[in-house]
Amino acid sequence: MSDQVRYFEVFAGPFDPCPPIGYKSFQVPPNHFITFQPPNLPQFQPYEALKLGTLWQPLYSPYGSQ
Amino acid sequence: MWIYEKKLQYPVRVSKCDPMMAKLLMEQYGGADGELAAALRYLNQRYTIPDKVIGLLTDIGTEEFAHLEMIATMIYKLTKDATPDQLKAAGLGPHFAAHDSALFYTNANGVPWTASYIQAKGDPIADLYEDIAAEEKARATYQWLIDLTDDVDLQDSLKFLREREVVHSLRFREAVEILKEKQSEKRFY
Repeated sequence: MSDQVRYFEVFAGPFDPCPPIGYKSFQVPPNHFITFQPPNLPQFQPYEALKLGTLWQPLYSPYGSQ
Repeated sequence: MWIYEKKLQYPVRVSKCDPMMAKLLMEQYGGADGELAAALRYLNQRYTIPDKVIGLLTDIGTEEFAHLEMIATMIYKLTKDATPDQLKAAGLGPHFAAHDSALFYTNANGVPWTASYIQAKGDPIADLYEDIAAEEKARATYQWLIDLTDDVDLQDSLKFLREREVVHSLRFREAVEILKEKQSEKRFY
């Protein structure tokens, strides 16, 4: 899950008006690591796939409210 | 802050009197995929992108302004000695009515530049992909402009600009790879 999240440090200056937030995160979903989908990847069960939006387990990208 | 060097990034020589080409070149001046849009897009995205790629956006955004100057030089050379009648014949009558022979940020059809041409989504991956797409669209535009003129000197400058789009696209794709890497884990104190 957290494999798809990257963190980066937000610059904090000595004279910032607001308390530093420290880190921010962004998502790198699995499509960015697959150039062309190979055959025979593992699949979800059909009913689960309908809920998740993909049949393919390696393509699933969970995202919860931050 | 910037330091200005009073010369063009690459020489611009225009050998054929062709005011119509000035109208076509305006697509790269104030068009959706033009140099103004590119420069403003990259320099604005810098603030909210991870530190590792800020410098790249600064460098490329700055270079886009150098390209903008080259395009401006081409358009200026092609229109500065034209009479109103010649401008009208070149399809620049409406432009002359509003601007005389002043340059203005419009596309080849005279549509004024708008910020809706560019985007800053805040998501580093989405922003960099926007930049890659912009470079490829600019490369294509340069190809069509090269196709539209037989002035070999003008073509020479346009070929240089096209090549820069190719290089920039790769640099942006490298930036995506840098951000994809599992770099710094979030540290908890």
